[in-house]
Amino acid sequence: MMGHSTEALRVEGLHKSFGRLEVLRGIDLVVGQHDVVALIGSSGSGKSTLLRCINLIEPIDAGRIVVQGEEITADGVDVDRIRRRIGIVFQAFNLFPHMSVLGNVTLAPRKVLRQSRSEAEAMASQLLERFGLADKRLEYPDRLSGGQQQRVAIVRALAMQPDLLLLDEVTSALDPELVAEVLNVIRDLAAGGMTMLIATHEMGFARDIASRVCFLDAGRILEAGPPAEIFSEPREERTRQFLQRVIDAGRL
Amino acid sequence: MNDGGPAGRRSDVAGRSRRASRAPSRSTAIAVVSTVVVFSLLTLVVVNAPGWDKVQREFFNAENFQRSAPGIIAKFAVNVRLFLIAEVLILVWGLVIAVLRSLPGPVFLPIRIIATIYVDVFRAVPGVLVIFLLGFGIPGLAIPGVPNDPFLWAVVALTLLYSAYVSEVYRAGIESIHPSQTAAARSLGLSQFQALRYVVVPQAVRRVIPPLLNDFIGLQKDTVLVSFVGVVEIFRQSQIRQQASFNYTPYIVTALVFVVLTIPLARLTDWLVARERRRGAGGGPGDGDSARLAALETQAATRGTG
Repeated sequence: MMGHSTEALRVEGLHKSFGRLEVLRGIDLVVGQHDVVALIGSSGSGKSTLLRCINLIEPIDAGRIVVQGEEITADGVDVDRIRRRIGIVFQAFNLFPHMSVLGNVTLAPRKVLRQSRSEAEAMASQLLERFGLADKRLEYPDRLSGGQQQRVAIVRALAMQPDLLLLDEVTSALDPELVAEVLNVIRDLAAGGMTMLIATHEMGFARDIASRVCFLDAGRILEAGPPAEIFSEPREERTRQFLQRVIDAGRL
Repeated sequence: MNDGGPAGRRSDVAGRSRRASRAPSRSTAIAVVSTVVVFSLLTLVVVNAPGWDKVQREFFNAENFQRSAPGIIAKFAVNVRLFLIAEVLILVWGLVIAVLRSLPGPVFLPIRIIATIYVDVFRAVPGVLVIFLLGFGIPGLAIPGVPNDPFLWAVVALTLLYSAYVSEVYRAGIESIHPSQTAAARSLGLSQFQALRYVVVPQAVRRVIPPLLNDFIGLQKDTVLVSFVGVVEIFRQSQIRQQASFNYTPYIVTALVFVVLTIPLARLTDWLVARERRRGAGGGPGDGDSARLAALETQAATRGTG
């Protein structure tokens, strides 16, 4: 029981295929309460798929996923109830273009948590204020910069007060000068104790913020450990090669 | 009823503006000259036809026009009532069918099958037949308590018919919304139905307003079909006038009424299509999303290998 209370997420033997392509080939992963775990690895290594499986967007083929002690991949689990507790932020923001910022942020609290409009809007305004978006409350997504859109998407996920936040390459769609504002938001969240699982190409960021880094390669977690260890003295040859490529590309 | 309509008109609009921007005065001149020449030639051919005098007397009789027009136009109120009531019902019922056809998962297969059969049948059967079958068939059953007002059954028949078309327009709109929108909604804990209700359908409806207007124009014209089951509306009225005077001018009156009604709607549709196009090109919510995604995928791929 002690183990459960400090464990936010446990993934065991997770397999996932798309047709004949096996994307995840036995993932084992534990994320502790208030941990920030970074998933690194080249495109196609399975980072995004892993996050989508944890959010139950993709059905899994084998294995189990346990969130806060509850197996969410068990038969008969109410998927919508689980998703309320797990926030996800996508690479392409996926804001609702026909709704204002406030509409985007309050939709789920109102329709899923049955909050009143005023209650939801008060909470949304507070969050938007906190992330420097107070003056954008009534704007529509297409009037915002990419960085602002992504911050709104983060606020939208936070408005559900999730136990766990999944970030799927949230800065990959941004112009370089807009990356920092989004990373700062995530830093802020980490400092506030939010449990996060972050798939990222920002190695410097992963090194700074993560309590643990997992290197994914061909659907497996090849190597995991504290950032200092992974980035300075990786044990695996594949990890070394990957990091070398990142350094060559000037991204570390 | 023409699904290719909006697309065809769209490219036409684009072509016109492109040419116009290149050499405005010259292209205007060409347009004016060619229009005058073509219409003059057509008029000459018609007016010099051997039977023109007879046709002019029977179809374009000014005196008959003046006498029959007020009564015919007055009966147009019946058509207006008919298509306004039917259109509201069609927009609702069509959306219901579209949503039923869009329900995912094996549980809903029977519902999808029923909805599909409905759409197939009502798109296949000629409208006149549906109007006949309902307008004469149901009162013919003489079930106690079931009204036999032909106007009512005309509304029902047009609603059933046009809902089949309109549901397909809605469905195309629903399918044009990128799945990432549904994923985002579901990831926040919204149910499948809530995701449709609050995220997908509102965006889809906005996108399909021009084709919906197109079907609305079709509906307006098809209201004359209900004259076959005894509703005295504009066409029936002009028929009565024609039979009384042995002159076809009342039909010309009816045709003009529809022209006057339909042309502004057609221009409105064009304008909406053009506006939607401009938004799409400007990186608006619709097509921009997929373009952005595609760009991201290439970007991510090069980054991974580089």
